[in-house]
Amino acid sequence: MATYKPVVVQAFPKLGERITQDTVYWRGYKTPVQIKEFGAVNKIDFSPVPPYNYAVTASSRIHIYGRYSQEPIKTFSRFKDAAYCATYRDDGNLLVAGSEEGSIRLFDVSGKAPLRQFNGHTKAVHVVGFLSDKYRIFSGGDDYSSSLWDIPSATEIVSYSEHTDYVRCGCASKVNADVFVTGSYDHTVKLFDARTKSSVLTIEHGQPVESVLLFPSGGLLVSAGGRYVKVWDVLKGGQLLVSLKNHHKTVTCLCLNSSGQRLLSGSLDRHVKIYSTTSYKVVHSFNYATSILSLALSVSTLEIFLGKEDFCVSKPVKRVLRKYDKLLKSFQSSKALDAVLEPPIRLYTPEVTVAVMQELHRRGTLRSALAGRDEKQINLLLTFVARRVIEPRFTPVLVTVADMITDIYQPVVGQSAIVDRQFLRLQEAIGKEIDYQEELLEVLGMMDTLFATFTKKRATYLEENKSNGLTETIEMNINN
Amino acid sequence: MVAPATLRVVRCGGSSLHGARAVFSADSKYLLCASGDFVKMYSVATEETLRLMGGHADLVTGIQLNPRNHMQLYSSSLDGSIKLWDFMDGIPIKTFTVGSKLLALYALASSEDSVFVVIPKSGERDTFQLVSVKLTKAAGQDLEARELSVVLDGVDASPKHIAFGREGEYVASVKEVNLQVYFFKQKQLNRFSVSTTKTKSGNNHFTCIACHPTEDCIATGHADGKIRLWRNFCHKKEYTFSTLHWHHDTVMDLAFSMEGTRLLSGGVESVLVLWHNESDRQKDFLPRLGSAIEYISMSSDGALCCTLHTDNRITIINSNLRFCKSIQGLIKSTDVKTGLVVDPRTKALVLNGEPGHLQFYCLQSDQQLFSLDIVQRQYIHQAGLNQADLVKVAFSAQGKWLATVEEREEVSDPELQLKLWFYDEETQSFKLNTRINMPHEDHITDMCFRDMDELEDDSLILVTSGRDCVFKVWVMVEDTDPEAQQRVSWSCDFVGSYHNYQATNCCFSEDGSLLAVSFEETVTVWDSVTWDLKCTFCHPPGKIRNICFGRLTCSKYLIGATDYGFLCCWNLLSCALEWSAHLNVLVLQPDPLSEHIAAISWLSKESSLFVFKPNEPRPIYIQRNLCKEKIQLAAFVPRDEPEVIGSEKYLWLRRSQLFFLTDTQELMTLSTKSLEERLTPSSKQLAVEESLPVTPFSLLLGKHRRQQSQEGTDLRKLVVHNKHEQDSPAVKELLHTPAHVLPSASFLCPIFINSLLISKENKSAEEVADEVEMESEKTDDDSDEERDVTEMEQEDTSPVELLGEMTCKLSKAQEKELRKIRKMDYSWISAF
Repeated sequence: MATYKPVVVQAFPKLGERITQDTVYWRGYKTPVQIKEFGAVNKIDFSPVPPYNYAVTASSRIHIYGRYSQEPIKTFSRFKDAAYCATYRDDGNLLVAGSEEGSIRLFDVSGKAPLRQFNGHTKAVHVVGFLSDKYRIFSGGDDYSSSLWDIPSATEIVSYSEHTDYVRCGCASKVNADVFVTGSYDHTVKLFDARTKSSVLTIEHGQPVESVLLFPSGGLLVSAGGRYVKVWDVLKGGQLLVSLKNHHKTVTCLCLNSSGQRLLSGSLDRHVKIYSTTSYKVVHSFNYATSILSLALSVSTLEIFLGKEDFCVSKPVKRVLRKYDKLLKSFQSSKALDAVLEPPIRLYTPEVTVAVMQELHRRGTLRSALAGRDEKQINLLLTFVARRVIEPRFTPVLVTVADMITDIYQPVVGQSAIVDRQFLRLQEAIGKEIDYQEELLEVLGMMDTLFATFTKKRATYLEENKSNGLTETIEMNINN
Repeated sequence: MVAPATLRVVRCGGSSLHGARAVFSADSKYLLCASGDFVKMYSVATEETLRLMGGHADLVTGIQLNPRNHMQLYSSSLDGSIKLWDFMDGIPIKTFTVGSKLLALYALASSEDSVFVVIPKSGERDTFQLVSVKLTKAAGQDLEARELSVVLDGVDASPKHIAFGREGEYVASVKEVNLQVYFFKQKQLNRFSVSTTKTKSGNNHFTCIACHPTEDCIATGHADGKIRLWRNFCHKKEYTFSTLHWHHDTVMDLAFSMEGTRLLSGGVESVLVLWHNESDRQKDFLPRLGSAIEYISMSSDGALCCTLHTDNRITIINSNLRFCKSIQGLIKSTDVKTGLVVDPRTKALVLNGEPGHLQFYCLQSDQQLFSLDIVQRQYIHQAGLNQADLVKVAFSAQGKWLATVEEREEVSDPELQLKLWFYDEETQSFKLNTRINMPHEDHITDMCFRDMDELEDDSLILVTSGRDCVFKVWVMVEDTDPEAQQRVSWSCDFVGSYHNYQATNCCFSEDGSLLAVSFEETVTVWDSVTWDLKCTFCHPPGKIRNICFGRLTCSKYLIGATDYGFLCCWNLLSCALEWSAHLNVLVLQPDPLSEHIAAISWLSKESSLFVFKPNEPRPIYIQRNLCKEKIQLAAFVPRDEPEVIGSEKYLWLRRSQLFFLTDTQELMTLSTKSLEERLTPSSKQLAVEESLPVTPFSLLLGKHRRQQSQEGTDLRKLVVHNKHEQDSPAVKELLHTPAHVLPSASFLCPIFINSLLISKENKSAEEVADEVEMESEKTDDDSDEERDVTEMEQEDTSPVELLGEMTCKLSKAQEKELRKIRKMDYSWISAF
């Protein structure tokens, strides 16, 4: 006894796109879970220790989610106004967050109330983070200053007021406990050393800097601002290595994978691009329903992207029977056709729609599935057919479908202006295609004659030098 | 000692299983089934064919258990005889000759000494009658049974159209739109009919009938998919019926459960439907059984039911409608388009199986090895649908690559797919490597791989010829990208054509250097390296039907068979016709291991076989009247080891065996052996204890008893022939103890190995030891001589290798003693 076999959707190789290990790996990520948050999510951070919980900062709350459930495990909500940039310490025990009112709060992950509160910034603090020695915190605020704080005494160690606009991003070096970078809307990225009184390096990005990242080696720095992602060599004094322009809206966030071999960038244009850090070429790209504000990648195979109002968790999923397959399994042909005429399938994967139509035709039920539809549905069907019938991969099936539709709905022509218009559009599309094909055949014929005359000329030319044995053999080969 | 036996045509599989309903033995352990001229007995537990009972001269049309002895079976056949078998031993007990064709057989518990058969009415064509046959009790094997009494007239020939109700009180028969019920006691005949209606799906003719086992209720199936339940039919006028309708196509068979509470029905949809309480509302389904259900039968205890399908498969289903077992031999497909191909890896015969599948059929065990899903689409069981099917298949020389072509007939243009499969060693199955949509614009007529055993993979070439007037050469392309999923894929390398003729056949020479492609009336020969046209052969009139190259010493010849009945042999060296013969050849099959070529022709309504060598126009062997049916397909299957064949005439059968498939899809072969030699029943010993019912208690006790008896037999065996590897008790114990009571494999391993080694290893080891200790123990040898002899006799029979633990447990002292005994000189015994 066999199990039900799903409909085979013909895959056609796309020109230019190759299936690499990257595409196979990243394609495994699906978006099965969407979690709604109040207000925009501005930061998401994975705990560096198992079980890899993640902290999501949105509006005035910090939620901590576990790996499997979509309900927050824990919530920190001691903020009067918006909270920003909740970040884990390396050991996963402490969490620090900035806030709209200018104070920075330090939480114990297991506790509830803040352990420390650092006051000093006069305006909102959008970026905070731990230095790699675990005892100090850096921060950047809307008061243009970036500061360094001591955790045990809760005092400010040093404050730099070098930026000339809001400081909105920053990152601590993993190799040196004194070094951290901040990026600002004044188009610069500044590298600070806690041991000195002023910044040690200034990099001009060219656009307001939205995100900055240091490589694990500490030698390379990535900054994102405007539509650009730029990679800088810090050791060479801030020399520009690569400038990547793969997004068509502002890049908002950057992220490295655990091995440091892939760089991810998320943008307001709803795309996430994955680059190889050896060639800086895009190896894969995702698109999402909403703009991406922040993204994080866990050490294990769990990944998170943030949208404006909600965020979704992507993880590898198992294949299940699709809706149209379920309907086909129970021989509900009309409903199966309806299912594949839903917007996402019809628009983005027309091959599925066509495959189901073909399957229905194979089962001999296509005519009954197409029949008995109202004006709106006929309109939809005809739009689809008129648009896709000229694509060579769909032509054989859609020609049959178009035939059947005209057959079935012949009696009602003239009763609805919309349907009539669609019929005319279909006719127009097919007429155009026929014209193209005729033209192509003409061109082919012309080329054939050209080639024919060309070879003839060569042959006569070679016949004149019969003494040359070598050319003779060439000629032989040509003729053959 | 080989006798010059005559060559016989032997049926070896694929005979149609649906002559009659299958019958479960009384204990539901065995399933009996009519299969062509034979009655087959299967074990329900293991799906094995246990017995093949042959004796009828024509198709078996009915089998029934003897109602008075559940170990006996009646079978009826078209040859006009009823046989009574003891199926446990496979012995025919009696043969009753009736005289006329028997089309169906029924046996009733209530009717003494008589069975009911359907016979054609004498003098009239296509009318049949149900008669009861008195089976005389006279002694002797062959008896005449001429006492016939007509019960019902005007019945239908199919065994499904008659049923006996409630302890044999009445018999019901259906024909077209009429139902007649005859009550034996009242001697009353009631006729009913349904009004003829014709719908899109078919008419409402009766197709099958079943009677309720305890109530007066008859269920009838109709061609339009309805099931009618008739009640109160003892009155002519006041009868009632209710209708159940689920099937959209013909109801092929019906069966009531033993209590009569449930009704099973099956049809073309290949869905088994279970109706509860004869109501329309409550029903269960078992879908996708593979092919149309032909017969349904229930076991007497109601625990199992089995369905016979049109493709010769038997499915056993348990009482809660779960798929249980499947017995499948050679699956009968509607049309064997692929031809007979031999898988070089398993030596299995490969051909169309289930729709869209490729079946690998093991010739030795008459079992399907596996079924490879090629089309990978859901098959809809509905008449009149045009679904993709497999049409061509080819294996590369080592069976590493498999090429398949599937097509879907379409009015405008056919849908074609060429698929290349790679044999995956890890999963031990074929994996799809490349799929090519529309390889040709029209049907593919032939396909072959370049068969070169010794060469590397990259020389592998596939050639397809199509009706679109071209042949195409496909080669493997290596993917240079290290990150790519597949290392190789296939793509087209060369397209050849000849004067716009349709390419009909293609064939590579044995060394792979030449490719012959036939274009209608012309054979063209191409160089397989440069793809130059080398020469052409033509022998008008008539299109080329088959071509093949000679092999080994005859590799310079090219053989072709044409439509108008010519067999031509061309010499490739002189490019001239060597000889030709007038013969209407249907099949041309070269033996891969010798020069012989078999040609099967169709002459004056019989198939004949000609075996010849290309270098000689005179055939080596001719067998006229091979069979009455047309033979469309044949294949040489290499033997595992060359057979010893005495007669010079049959030497061509030495290396490989010729199998051929008839129009009715029966697989036949030629054999020099007699039937008894060929059919070595797999298990002669059907132990009686096997037929005991299995209860938890018997399992508990039986295990204990079996162990005891086994130990007993082991001991006995040992006494009889001491050290025979096959009968080693440790091995026996391993094989016969139920798996769940065996200790872990690591524990059994040393025992097993020891048991294998014992005959030589033990001796030699001890001999060595003996020599070492020879001097030390020489002193006390003589004194205990007398006592030792008696001990020796006991010890020797003691099963040293019976259980591994025993050898381990032998204490040091005992070992010493043993050794002592061994090295004693017992030659003096013989002196007495």
